[in-house]
Formats: sequence, structure tokens, C-alpha cells
Amino acid sequence: MVQLTLPKNSRMKVGKTWPKPDGATNLRKVQVYRWNPDDGENPQLDTYFLDMDSCGPMVLDALIKIKNEIDPTLTFRRSCREGICGSCAMNIDGINTLACIYGMDEIKGDVKIYPLPHMPVIKDLIPDLTHFYAQHASVMPWLETKTNRPAKEWKQSVDDRKKLDGLYECVMCACCSTSCPSYWWNGDRYLGPAALLHAYRWIIDSRDEATGERLDELEDPFKLYRCHTIMNCAKTCPKGLNPAKAIAHIKGMMVERVV
Amino acid sequence: MAFLTDRKRANGMGSAKTGTEHHWQMMVSSVALLFLVPLFIFTFGSILGSSYDEVIAYYQRPFPAVVAALTMLVGFFHFRGGVQTLIEDYVHGFARKVLLIGMICLSYGAAAFAVFAIVRIAL
Repeated sequence: MVQLTLPKNSRMKVGKTWPKPDGATNLRKVQVYRWNPDDGENPQLDTYFLDMDSCGPMVLDALIKIKNEIDPTLTFRRSCREGICGSCAMNIDGINTLACIYGMDEIKGDVKIYPLPHMPVIKDLIPDLTHFYAQHASVMPWLETKTNRPAKEWKQSVDDRKKLDGLYECVMCACCSTSCPSYWWNGDRYLGPAALLHAYRWIIDSRDEATGERLDELEDPFKLYRCHTIMNCAKTCPKGLNPAKAIAHIKGMMVERVV
Repeated sequence: MAFLTDRKRANGMGSAKTGTEHHWQMMVSSVALLFLVPLFIFTFGSILGSSYDEVIAYYQRPFPAVVAALTMLVGFFHFRGGVQTLIEDYVHGFARKVLLIGMICLSYGAAAFAVFAIVRIAL
């Protein structure tokens, strides 16, 4: 059954307010979700004040500044700092996005940062993406062929290659899946927008020879048809992709097989 | 807690190999209702407020009676599919099955009563 309230041990408490830096004139208030699995306490919202004159422009810069200069216990994932690795996905100012490409100046008022919604939290801003990755693996995100391997390469026309644009760019940050209400309520069975976008990326690939098997695997009331075209995925994708459109194409191919 | 591997948990019981039929039926009934609902509103609206005898005479004509019967049939069929999706979305476990049975009985029961009432007036 859908949970309309948070369980007791997940309810947020008011956290620690860290002192303002001395002599700073350009201050910004940043509130960050904190939860430590080792202390047995409920999650809390800690408040930090940053001197923006000595801080980089992106939200990830602010988090790194907090970790380096104020609170080294703050935990978050980050790597490339340019929107390629997808590690720093989190909920910033109510939107799932990548902290490294989301500017502090895009946020009005206080900056509020939470982990990706409706996922188990490992610590602070780090969600457990184990199931998300397993779902991705379940759509066989690789080229499946039955024809003997060609001497050089699998050829693809320019037009067929263009069909992969808007699909291959996905960095698996999980922003889309964790913004989808259908994934919140039925994430154990619904594959979610990210895995389905990847499934379509291989279904539509002219070189792939497992189109039928891929569609067979997706034909399920829960794996595919929990998508109700809510479009949160397309709205939140930090790479500007449209997983809902890919899912609509898969549904269209399913209908084409039977009608 | 079950010691399942991540892939085993993600794969679950595999694909049910169904769902497209339900999706297609919902699309077809949506398109049908796109035409039927305005027709029903115009036919039903034009006789609204008339006397009992006028309404009976009106619904003894084939067009308003067929439009009303089709709207009820397709409407409750579409309702059944929509509420089924809603229940599957939000209710899990045994309660899901109980609600689905109740909803199917309610939908087809209401459709049967509606058609019976229209047929009784029309004939």
C-alpha cells in the first residue's frame, strides 16, 4: 500500500546550525539533509552559511566547500564535476539534478539539498542505487547479435545512427526514475524511465538482432505499463533527455506487433 | 529478509507477456468516448427538463437510445480498465486482488443496469 506519511524513523528533525563565517558579507544559507546509520538518530536538516565570495558557482562547489572548511563528516558522491559521470545526483531546491551543473544562482532563497527521493539512504546525500543498477542490467544494455561477427565492424547508416541521439547520452544518474511517482510506488517491479530509455536505445539500434526478445521481456503490466506519461522524467533530466518519449515508442512498437 | 541477488530481485518472476492488450483496449475506448461523450451530452442535454412522456418518446427513437447505451457500455469498460490501473498502482498484496474483483463486479454490474434501463425505455 502506498505510504502517505514517512515511517517514524525517517521523519526529519531540525539539525545543527553551524556558525556564520567571520567577516563575510555575501552569505548564502544552505540546508542539507543529514543521516548517519551509525548513531540511531532520525534524519536532520543541518544549516550552513557560506561566504559566496570565496565559493565556486555550482551547488557541488558549495558542498565541497562545506566538507573542506566546515563539516568534514558531510557525505556525498561526486567525480567528474562536468555532468558526465552522474555521481552527484541529488534533490536540489525540489528538483532532481546534478549538483555539478546546477548553479547556486538558479536557486531563489535558501538552498535546500536532499538525497534523491524515495530511495534507501546509505548516508547523508548518498542513495542506495543497487536495485536501480540491477534493473538497468536486466534490460541487457549491450549489443545482441546472432549473425556471425563481421571481419571489420557492424555497419550502421548515418540515419540509423541518428536514431540513437537523445538516448545514448544518458549517464544513469537516476534523477528521472527517482522523480517518477510510478517508480516510487512500484519500483520493485516497474523498470523506471532510465532502464526503459536504455532498453529502447538497444531496441532501436539497427545493429541489434534481439529486438523481439527485448520487446518480449518488456511486455508486462508492471515492467513497462506502469508509465502513465506523467513526464516528471523529461522535466527533471539534467541532460535534457526525454525518457517518456522513448517509453511511448516502446509502447507503439508493442501495439504494432499485435494490431 | 531473503538473501536474493540484486539481479534476481530485479528480474522478479520475469515478463508476464501481457499488458499490450489492456493498453490497446484503453486507447480504443478513449477514442470511442471522444465521440460518444459529446453525442451523449447533446442528446441527453436536449431532452433534459422535459416531461416524462416526452423523455420516454425521445428515447424510443434509435439514435439517442443507441448513443446512450454505447456511452454506458464503453464508459464502464473504460472505467474498469482505468480503475484497475489505479488499484494496481496504489494497493499491494491481498487487498489489491479483493479490490480488483469488487471493481470488476461494480463496473459490469453498473453497465448491465444502465443498458437494461435504456432497453426498457426504448422497447
